[in-house]
Amino acid sequence: MNAVIEAEHLRKAFGELVAVDDISFAVKAGECFGILGPNGAGKTSTIRMIYGFSPPTAGQLTVFGLDITRNAREVKARIGVCQQENNLDPDLSVLQNLVVFARYFNIPASEAAGRARELMRFMALDHRENSRAVDLSGGLVRRLVMARALLNRPELLILDEPTTGLDPQSRHQVWERLEELRAGGLSILLTTHYMEEASRLCDRLLIMDQGRILVEGKPEELVRRHVGRHVLEVADPAEDLTAFLRERDVRYESFGHRVIVYVEDGSDLYREISDRFCQKSCTMRMATLEDVFLRLTGRELRE
Amino acid sequence: MSALYPPISRRFIRVWQRNLTVYRQSWKISFIPPLLEPLFYLLAFGVGLSVLVGSIHYRGEEISYVRFIAPALIAITVMNNAFFENTYASFVRMYYQKTFDAMMATPLTVEEIIAGEIVWGATKALIATAIMMAVISLFGLIRYPEGLLLLPLAFLGGLAFGAAGMFCTAIVPHIEQFNLPVFLFITPMFLFGGTFFPIENLPLWAQKTALLLPLTHLVHLARAFANGRIDATVLPGIAYLAAFSAAAFPLAIRKMRRRLIK
Repeated sequence: MNAVIEAEHLRKAFGELVAVDDISFAVKAGECFGILGPNGAGKTSTIRMIYGFSPPTAGQLTVFGLDITRNAREVKARIGVCQQENNLDPDLSVLQNLVVFARYFNIPASEAAGRARELMRFMALDHRENSRAVDLSGGLVRRLVMARALLNRPELLILDEPTTGLDPQSRHQVWERLEELRAGGLSILLTTHYMEEASRLCDRLLIMDQGRILVEGKPEELVRRHVGRHVLEVADPAEDLTAFLRERDVRYESFGHRVIVYVEDGSDLYREISDRFCQKSCTMRMATLEDVFLRLTGRELRE
Repeated sequence: MSALYPPISRRFIRVWQRNLTVYRQSWKISFIPPLLEPLFYLLAFGVGLSVLVGSIHYRGEEISYVRFIAPALIAITVMNNAFFENTYASFVRMYYQKTFDAMMATPLTVEEIIAGEIVWGATKALIATAIMMAVISLFGLIRYPEGLLLLPLAFLGGLAFGAAGMFCTAIVPHIEQFNLPVFLFITPMFLFGGTFFPIENLPLWAQKTALLLPLTHLVHLARAFANGRIDATVLPGIAYLAAFSAAAFPLAIRKMRRRLIK
């Protein structure tokens, strides 16, 4: 399969601050690729370079095999972008927002109206056709931004934190639409810090922090490779638990009042721990991408 | 970006069209100021002040004070509409509504976005001028057909003041700081640019300073066109406004490019 995006030794610096520090990755046609990372990791800086918004400081970046710095207009005509901030035209109606945006792509008016209606149906916006954008709720705003990004029938859809700040209903609706689009063959690149979103949508993903890529791969593979299958969480453990874990040679992290154990098959170990060391609560659950993320990027607060 | 004039395709029209679509949402309100403003001024100056002033000696002839200031009101409207559109209104679109960010993710370039904005500022000056001319014509203060030249003049003046405004938008950190160019650039021109009294009444150094500023030329041209007195004295003014626009336009675009592309 062809690569839609190829980044090689990509760098972005704002004066002294290095936002993206020598990263290389490729996104294949038809896949949904995720860029994960804590705030300030360089996710947005990376995708801004891909949609031609900000020029790379160094490195190679091609989209559809075209050098983005030299072919920005052609590339931008073939991608759809949902930026993080709401940048709809607040005074215009839902339909007008779409029709005005279609003009930026030189889509003829009659064609634009047809596509707008089709996309309003697809994003369940048709009942709000004449509402002004300023009166829309957060979920409707995001759906309209997505509809707008699809007007030019893009081959690649880029979404910067598509569900941040949405209620669960709206979030699931966005996910369902993205799954439908992916099933239809659209390549998707998204940034997120919701692990549930990444595991559900992404075929492959990378986790970055401080401008660098930490790991890359399929979500389930990353979980197996970096965490294992099971996670045991022990709250307020008995003092000799860590000694016991060291003796058993299992991977664990201790946060004082909470110990987290990563293990391939935790059933026996869980029974033993809950019998001997559990004073308050002990749980065993399946390992998730969130465990990978927190192990790799640490638990301390950002910003 | 070494070329003096950045490459701009006809796509800048798309940005202009966007602003027109938004303007048409509220055209009933947008029409009111250019409709009422000349009425207020003509009432205040024509009825109130002209009793004191009577007629005025201007370029070798006596004309009534109302006839003297009516074209100046048009010139001021051109200045205000274009300058305020490309300062406050453009800043709101750029900074608060993120309209330019959305456009930059489409095939539009920064150059086209800013060109569309400035041409829109000039268009607003043109629309306001047309409305104002209709009102002023009711008082018989514009001579036709020469007066129709006020329309292209409004567009040219709008380009000059719009580009100057856009330059300010590219460099101010916050919207409150537009107070500075308004206070240092717009207000002095409004008062001393030959608007309410001939610049010949000023001391010589002030006359020379006034001639460096665009409104002085715009006022002179508006007066010549409205009164049908078109002679060789209009040529330096036209050349000045054309040169001012031709210089300010790429300068504004270049500054804006530096601000938007990070």
